[in-house]
Amino acid sequence: MHELGITRNIVEIVNAETAGAPVCRIKLAIGELTAVVPEALRFCFDTVCQGTVLENAKLEIEHIEGRARCEICGSEYQMPITGSRCHCGSREHRLLAGEELKIVEVELH
Amino acid sequence: MCTTCGCSDHNNVTMTHLPGRLARDAQDGPLHFRKISPVGDAVTVVPTHSHGEHTHLHFNKDAGTIRLEAEILSKNDGLAKQNRDWLQAQNILALNLVSSPGSGKTTLLERSIRDLEDEMNLSVIEGDQQTLLDAERIQATGCNVVQLNTGAGCHLEADMLARGLEKLNPAPHSVVMIENVGNLVCPALFDLGEYAKVAILSVTEGEDKPLKYPHMFRAASLMVLNKVDLLPYVNFDVQRCREYAKQVNPDIEVITVSATTGEGLQGWYDWIRTAIDSRPFKGSQSRTSQELHS
Repeated sequence: MHELGITRNIVEIVNAETAGAPVCRIKLAIGELTAVVPEALRFCFDTVCQGTVLENAKLEIEHIEGRARCEICGSEYQMPITGSRCHCGSREHRLLAGEELKIVEVELH
Repeated sequence: MCTTCGCSDHNNVTMTHLPGRLARDAQDGPLHFRKISPVGDAVTVVPTHSHGEHTHLHFNKDAGTIRLEAEILSKNDGLAKQNRDWLQAQNILALNLVSSPGSGKTTLLERSIRDLEDEMNLSVIEGDQQTLLDAERIQATGCNVVQLNTGAGCHLEADMLARGLEKLNPAPHSVVMIENVGNLVCPALFDLGEYAKVAILSVTEGEDKPLKYPHMFRAASLMVLNKVDLLPYVNFDVQRCREYAKQVNPDIEVITVSATTGEGLQGWYDWIRTAIDSRPFKGSQSRTSQELHS
């Protein structure tokens, strides 16, 4: 629902970083624990990017699943947004991945 | 404008200050906040953009693929940090109240202000898409309040809070309650610089909301389960709701209250007192950070 603003942030950052040089490909990393829906972002992307350095750029989105390490037994396990517990029964964990929301790289024309 | 939900950027954000009779110890204004031009009582907040701020290249233009590893929300997060630093310097406790529309946030605030007015200095920033209705309700309690109207925007962002704080001008050592736009999705993603997010859920909404809208309950430090006076009339399992919330966020605290009858409110007030006693505030940059699980 907020992906429009997110997409505008992306354009702003890329424009600044490339000093206005046109981009033909952009790769994002979006963790499943962020409240960002890749489909909604794609929906906004073409419209928002018109007339910018990202116009006609290919959008690649790397989906990163949530991963956690159990604080009790040290096992790693998948952490969906609805939560999970370790096979040992504990919910105490340290998050390893899934909160990424970043521009990984861009490719210039 | 977003055709998914109708939200827009900040072009139409307006702000209105309704000073309360309880306002006291005002000072000269926050340090880092820029002055904006008032137009009558309301001001239009002009969004700032950093287009063109960079005039130099960070790489060879012919380099092909460039590794950026840039955080997409870095601008908001930077402004949120400024807010947090300022709030900490002023020893102000700021709580970000998030919920779906109609959970009873404003009623909870009205009651809290009346019950706590002799004990602590409270002021309020109200976020709604339209109208001054909530700010007027808060003002009727005598409390200092600023209303932020986001137009079509579906959440508050850190720059809006910065402007709201500048207008509100809260006293040092006080408490600022930020009532976010009623929305159980978007506000979860945006750090404002608050000490903690507090999710308000009412028993008329259904016990499964923590699972259906997990981002919000994952981001919140506390869930206030409101309208428990209506439990005899609705099909709501408090224990199951608590378990769902803990499943999504093992660290979340849960307090059951009725802002109408006053049931359980001491637990909410004690939580605020404990937060105040935890000064200096560490802040909680989106409760999703690893430190919260460490």
